[in-house]
Amino acid sequence: MSEHHSLKPYVFVLVGLLILTWVTYGAALWDFGHPWSDLVALLIAMTKASLVVVFFMHVKGATPLIKMAAVGGFFWLLIFGAFVLADVLTRPGMLEFL
Amino acid sequence: MSDSSAAAAHPPGLAHHFESYEQQKHSSFLGMWLFLVQEVMFFGGLFVVYVTYRSLYGDAFAAGSRQLDVMIGAVNTTVLLISSFTMVIAVTAAKKGNRKWIVYGLLLTILFGGIFLGVKYFEYGAKWQHHLVPGPYFEWHGEGVGRPVEIFFCLYFAMTGMHALHMVVGIGIMLFMLRPAWRGKWTPQNHNFVEGFGLYWHFVDIVWIFLFPFLYLIGLATH
Repeated sequence: MSEHHSLKPYVFVLVGLLILTWVTYGAALWDFGHPWSDLVALLIAMTKASLVVVFFMHVKGATPLIKMAAVGGFFWLLIFGAFVLADVLTRPGMLEFL
Repeated sequence: MSDSSAAAAHPPGLAHHFESYEQQKHSSFLGMWLFLVQEVMFFGGLFVVYVTYRSLYGDAFAAGSRQLDVMIGAVNTTVLLISSFTMVIAVTAAKKGNRKWIVYGLLLTILFGGIFLGVKYFEYGAKWQHHLVPGPYFEWHGEGVGRPVEIFFCLYFAMTGMHALHMVVGIGIMLFMLRPAWRGKWTPQNHNFVEGFGLYWHFVDIVWIFLFPFLYLIGLATH
C-alpha cells in the first residue's frame, strides 16, 4: 500500500479539537448578543465536526460515493431543520423570540 | 471460470461475492456510511425538537443549562475526543496488520469511553438528587416558571441518554472485538470491521461535539 500510516497528522487534529473545545467555552463566557452567541457556538461545533469527519473518518481520500453519502446526510438534516423552522418560527407570536 | 481459478481468486478474508479486497472494502464502508446517515436523521430529530423548544423558551433553557456543570461537560468532551484518537490508533494499527496495537487501541478507547460514562453516571445522580429529573419529583426553585425548564431537562436526558446508549453499545462491540483482534483476524487487506466500527465511534463523538455547547454552554454570559 502506498498510503503512509503515520499517527502524527492525527495528533495535530486532536490538539486542534481540544483547543476548539476550550475556545467554544471561552466564547460562551462572552456575550455576543442574540443570536450571535448561538451562531458562534454552532460554527465552532461544525468546525470540530468537520475535522472529525474529514480526518478521523477519512472522508479526505474516500471515494466520491462515500463523500456524497457524508455530504448527503448533512444536507438532508439541513432540509429537515429548515422546513420545521419555516413552520414553527412563522407562526403568530413566534418571531418575537428571535 | 473453472473451479480451480475460482478458488484461487478468493484469498483469505475475501468473501466469495466480492471480486477484490478494494470492492469489498468500498461496499463495507458505503454500507456503514448509509447507516450513519440514518443515525444523523435519528439524532437530527432530537436536535430539531431542541431548536424548536429553545426558540420558544430561550430563558428557561438558559436557566436549565446553568444547572449543569460546565467543567464536567468540558472534561468529558476532552475525554471523548481523546477516545476518538485512541480509536484512530486501533484503525491505523489494523491497516499495518499490527494486532497488538489494535488491542491496545481498543482497550484505551474502552477505558476513555468508560471514564466518560462513569462521569455521566455521577452527573445523572446529582440531577436526581437536585430534583431535576422530569416527572412527578421535578422541582424548580430558580427564576421563572418550572415547566419549560422541565422541557429542557427532558431533552437533556433524552439526548445525552441516547448518546450514552450509543456509547454503551460501542463499548460492548469493542469488548467482543478484543479476542479476534488478538488472534490476528484483521489483516491489512481486510480490517473493514475495525475501520467501520471506528466510523461509528467517531460519529458518536460528533454528536457530543454538538451536545456540549447546546446543553452546557447556554446563557453563560447572560444568566
